[in-house]
Amino acid sequence: MDAMKKQKVESENLFELKGIAKSFTKGREVISIFKDLNMTIKRGEFLAIMGPSGSGKTTLLNMLGGVDQPTTGEVWFDGERIDSLSENGLAKWRSENIGFIFQFYNLMPMLSAARNVELPLLLTSLPKKRRAQSVDAALELVGLKDRAGHKPNEMSGGQQQRVAIARAIVSDPKMLLCDEPTGDLDRETANEILTMLQELNRDYGKTIVMVTHDPEAAKYAHKVLHLDKGDFVEKGEL
Amino acid sequence: MGDLYLIFKNVTRKKLRLFLTLFATFIAFMIYGVLMAFQVALDSGVELSADDRLIVVNKVNFTQPLPLSYVTRIRSVEGVAESAHMSWFGGYYQDPKNFMPMFAVEQDRFLDVYDEIVMPDVQRKAWLQNRQGLLIGESVAKRFGWKVGDRVPISSNIFSRKTGGQTWDFDIEAIYRGADPSFDTSGVYFHFKYFDEARTFGQNQTGFVAVRTEDPALNEQVIKAIDDQFANSFFETETVPEKAFNKAFIEQLGNIALIIQFVVLAAFFIILVIVGNSMALAIRERTNEIAVMKTLGFRSGRIFRMVLGESFLVAILGGGLGVLASVALTRLITENVATLPPLIMKPEIFLSAAGYILLLGFVTGILPALSAWRLNIITALSR
Repeated sequence: MDAMKKQKVESENLFELKGIAKSFTKGREVISIFKDLNMTIKRGEFLAIMGPSGSGKTTLLNMLGGVDQPTTGEVWFDGERIDSLSENGLAKWRSENIGFIFQFYNLMPMLSAARNVELPLLLTSLPKKRRAQSVDAALELVGLKDRAGHKPNEMSGGQQQRVAIARAIVSDPKMLLCDEPTGDLDRETANEILTMLQELNRDYGKTIVMVTHDPEAAKYAHKVLHLDKGDFVEKGEL
Repeated sequence: MGDLYLIFKNVTRKKLRLFLTLFATFIAFMIYGVLMAFQVALDSGVELSADDRLIVVNKVNFTQPLPLSYVTRIRSVEGVAESAHMSWFGGYYQDPKNFMPMFAVEQDRFLDVYDEIVMPDVQRKAWLQNRQGLLIGESVAKRFGWKVGDRVPISSNIFSRKTGGQTWDFDIEAIYRGADPSFDTSGVYFHFKYFDEARTFGQNQTGFVAVRTEDPALNEQVIKAIDDQFANSFFETETVPEKAFNKAFIEQLGNIALIIQFVVLAAFFIILVIVGNSMALAIRERTNEIAVMKTLGFRSGRIFRMVLGESFLVAILGGGLGVLASVALTRLITENVATLPPLIMKPEIFLSAAGYILLLGFVTGILPALSAWRLNIITALSR
């Protein structure tokens, strides 16, 4: 029971996955994705996860982001066990600790860039003025302050992804989870985005986990983990 | 930016769909407002009936006459405070389409029995003194552009004159209004003597007698006394409270209340389908966005409230505008269609409309809101 309680552990590890098993049923068939997965993610790390389709990359990312739960095992974040949190508890935890970057940006089409970036701040108690300052700072960081009033359909793919990055960092989360962040971009724009992620990692200390199919993108990470059939088959420092 | 801003932006993102949904809701609530005002107007004829007023008609039916001699005998019944006899004239101005509810009345007593009919004293005196004088309601004056002092020819679709023709000449001496604003002022009254002496048939007969009792508590006793007095005579009577008489008269037109309720129900059902479908479609299209909001940390309960808020906003906007339009429309009808009683949007109509608006918002939003609440992030994002 003690392990179930929230506890802070002074550690260089930001994330710890212990004995993770994940399975789901499809019809009468039980499909197992992970059987006994263990991993740690250090603070300030930029980690790339690669692997073929169906290897469990996205499931792993979802578990790290608290949007999916393991069947068994423990997920620890900054000394707090999160796999036992309620749905609302997880929602609060995500809003405070995780920034999400998706392949297709997932911006709200009816909102301007600034309003999109402001969205996570609606989950905080920040007053309007402070929210506006944070939005300005985030947009400036991604180089889109002059496009604050533009809607997603008035921007290029790269610009939209930069807005998505601004949205991910505006509430100053400890960790960024990126699901194929350059999958919908050309090489040049992809490199700009990856460089930006690298800067966020290097200059602002953001821990980043990025799922990608792209070996070029993976080169921007400190470490690449290869997943296949639910387990890491190769680990390498870059 | 807050939740209200997000609700507003979501509702207004598809302009054409919003317009069509609002328009449908607008029309439905405009119809609702006007029909309810119409029903209230019909009911007000019953509601405004005096409790101490009785109507004595021929027992066969109210289109059959009563001997004029009955009037004195009725007046002598214990408990009767005042009475006045009245005859249906079937009047119209120039064209039968310009029909008006017109009665030849016992002018000396008529205004004592119907004391809710209000007019300036000077006009009252003038009408009483002139045997060709005409007392018209405000809506009649407005309808034909008549004013005091005008001489007007009015024809009857029932009675002819001994001197030939069916047209009587009248002097407009008084214009009345009701003590209550919803009082119907489409009636026209003139002296019975002028009518009785000139008509070719039916002399010394009248249509019905309006009786005012000394106390409503005496009504039953007076009714029995009058009807017993004329039992087994050639002209048996049936005496009923004015409320019951007016109600039965309105029911001659058919069950208006039921028809109105049916129309309202049908309109409401159609709107439920239209708005409900529109809301469901809107939320289904935004499955991915809702999943993203949940991923960012928006709780399911908050998303539920926002989606429900959208349907409430649509219902309030469309319904509210519809009710406002019905206010304007009822005024327009009242000002221009004098054959109808005044259509007044009473507070209870606004209250019931508000109730239906909220119900519409809830019913059309609850399923999409529940669907958004239950939405699984992983399933939605993997679509």
